[in-house]
Amino acid sequence: MKSSLKNMVLVLFTITLLSSAAVGGVYMLTKEPIAQAKVAAVNNALKQVLPEYESTTSQTIEVAELPIVTHTATVADKAVGYAVESISKNGFGGAVRLMVGFDAEGKILNINVLEQKETPGLGTKMADEGNVLLLSLKDKNAAEVNMTVKKDGGDIDALTAATISSRAYAEAVAVAYEAYKVASGKQSEAGDVATGATKQEGGKYE
Amino acid sequence: MSNNKLSLILKGIIKENPTFVLILGMCPTLGTTTSAINGLGMGVATMAVLIMSNAVIAMIKNVIPDKVRIPAFIVVIASFVTVIDMLMQAYVPSLYAALGVFIPLIVVNCIILGRAEAFASKNGVFDSILDGVGIGLGFTLSLTTIGAVREILGSGAIFGLNLGIGDYMPLVFVLAPGAFLVLGFLMVLFNKLAKR
Amino acid sequence: MEYFAIIIGAIFVNNVVLAQFLGICPFLGVSSKVETSMGMGAAVTFVMALSSVVVWLIQQYILVPLGIEFMQTIVFILVIAALVQMVEIVLKKVSPALYQALGIFLPLITTNCAVLGVAILMVQKEYGLLEGLVYSVSTALGFAVALVLFAGMRERLEFEEVPKAFQGVPIALITAALLAMAFMGFSGLV
Repeated sequence: MKSSLKNMVLVLFTITLLSSAAVGGVYMLTKEPIAQAKVAAVNNALKQVLPEYESTTSQTIEVAELPIVTHTATVADKAVGYAVESISKNGFGGAVRLMVGFDAEGKILNINVLEQKETPGLGTKMADEGNVLLLSLKDKNAAEVNMTVKKDGGDIDALTAATISSRAYAEAVAVAYEAYKVASGKQSEAGDVATGATKQEGGKYE
Repeated sequence: MSNNKLSLILKGIIKENPTFVLILGMCPTLGTTTSAINGLGMGVATMAVLIMSNAVIAMIKNVIPDKVRIPAFIVVIASFVTVIDMLMQAYVPSLYAALGVFIPLIVVNCIILGRAEAFASKNGVFDSILDGVGIGLGFTLSLTTIGAVREILGSGAIFGLNLGIGDYMPLVFVLAPGAFLVLGFLMVLFNKLAKR
Repeated sequence: MEYFAIIIGAIFVNNVVLAQFLGICPFLGVSSKVETSMGMGAAVTFVMALSSVVVWLIQQYILVPLGIEFMQTIVFILVIAALVQMVEIVLKKVSPALYQALGIFLPLITTNCAVLGVAILMVQKEYGLLEGLVYSVSTALGFAVALVLFAGMRERLEFEEVPKAFQGVPIALITAALLAMAFMGFSGLV
């Protein structure tokens, strides 16, 4: 087709308009499933790090200038465990996000890696089942663990050839413990969670 | 399907293989092939964009003024990429996370714009779709092959299935240098076999 | 210190070409001579710095307030394409000497996925304007460093006898693998 200014502008405008409409339409359609996928991912991680529970309440706590989301799991309005979505920005390939589960006494129940961009085969082992990082933390009371890797004088075994990833992991667990202390402490003092908390039903599972 | 139509599809797999012969789209080829499944996912996502953009561009080619051809193509391609991006985020979130920034980068994959310019803007809708299928299949096959080779050599697994030899395998194949190395040697092999 | 970490990280540790696989096309295409590779490196640095600022402003003041972040890919690629075109026109008028040096590389940059990649990554990492600028300039410098080193190696390769099936791209890829391996030595610096 011949290029005159009028038809160039008109055609480009029409194409852009139609494309935007199409993209906007798909955005509307996928908005809900995307949100659901994110919620499902969080719920899935919660199930793996918490004991059986009926519902969870979430709140955001600031630890070391990072907003940390904690989930308090309850059975018959009694707290049975806490799950903390923790983060360290000092991973080898970027941020490392963990879901750390504590019971009411502060024992670490399990740790789930939500997101990491570490080196495949080295740092990514942090997400494997039964890796040394997890083993040196699982079923221990967080208050009794020095949360740095052994190289730095702590109690955590580091992954082979992935010290930086291991440090980030340790840091994220330490941050999670700080958030846990606030979350569980507030609960025992005030008897309910702080303002801004959102109640979420349906955390129940078989 | 006539012979002619079939050859439209087949040429993308061997004679005009986008990876090994045309050497296009190298960034996702190297960046996403840490495992066979990631390579397959990236290939299929690219193929989906390619087929749709080829079809639409062949449809609207007659109303686009020549001078704004490229921007118009880019808008069409970018829209489909965004659509695929959102669909993957919604329905295959773990694959989406693994492929990362390379999904939006399908926009600048030279294969897509290249086919729009070289094929879809000159041919009919049906032929353009077949061309997209052929080139897309070629790309997907290449990526899956590279991913499989790297996965076997680097982590001793195939399609996530552990072969139990992971501890004896040189990890370097999953890391960056392995990507260049495997692609280089596969290209040599392809040259040897295809040009015989 | 934070900026220092971003700079070293982007140039050496997470080198855009050798570790992140962005901008491979020009890396393989414009690397047969050291001189041209320097020109390409300079052009990319210039465009990347400019586009990072523009893209950041668009993201902060248009996309986020309107709640249409999902249009990111479309908007960014159009902005970059328009920007490259504008740089070309302005350079031609203002500084013909610079245009002579960089001009031929500019049209190639639109399809350099490193430019779009850096724009998207910068937004993903939630950098501020200055951090983003530092990040994109150091990424571009990393691109230039890799490109020039690689061109130096390829210049030497020309005088070597390469087996027929290896000639051209395959031997270049294998050379790049060795370079990537050398760059892995930088890992753990920051």
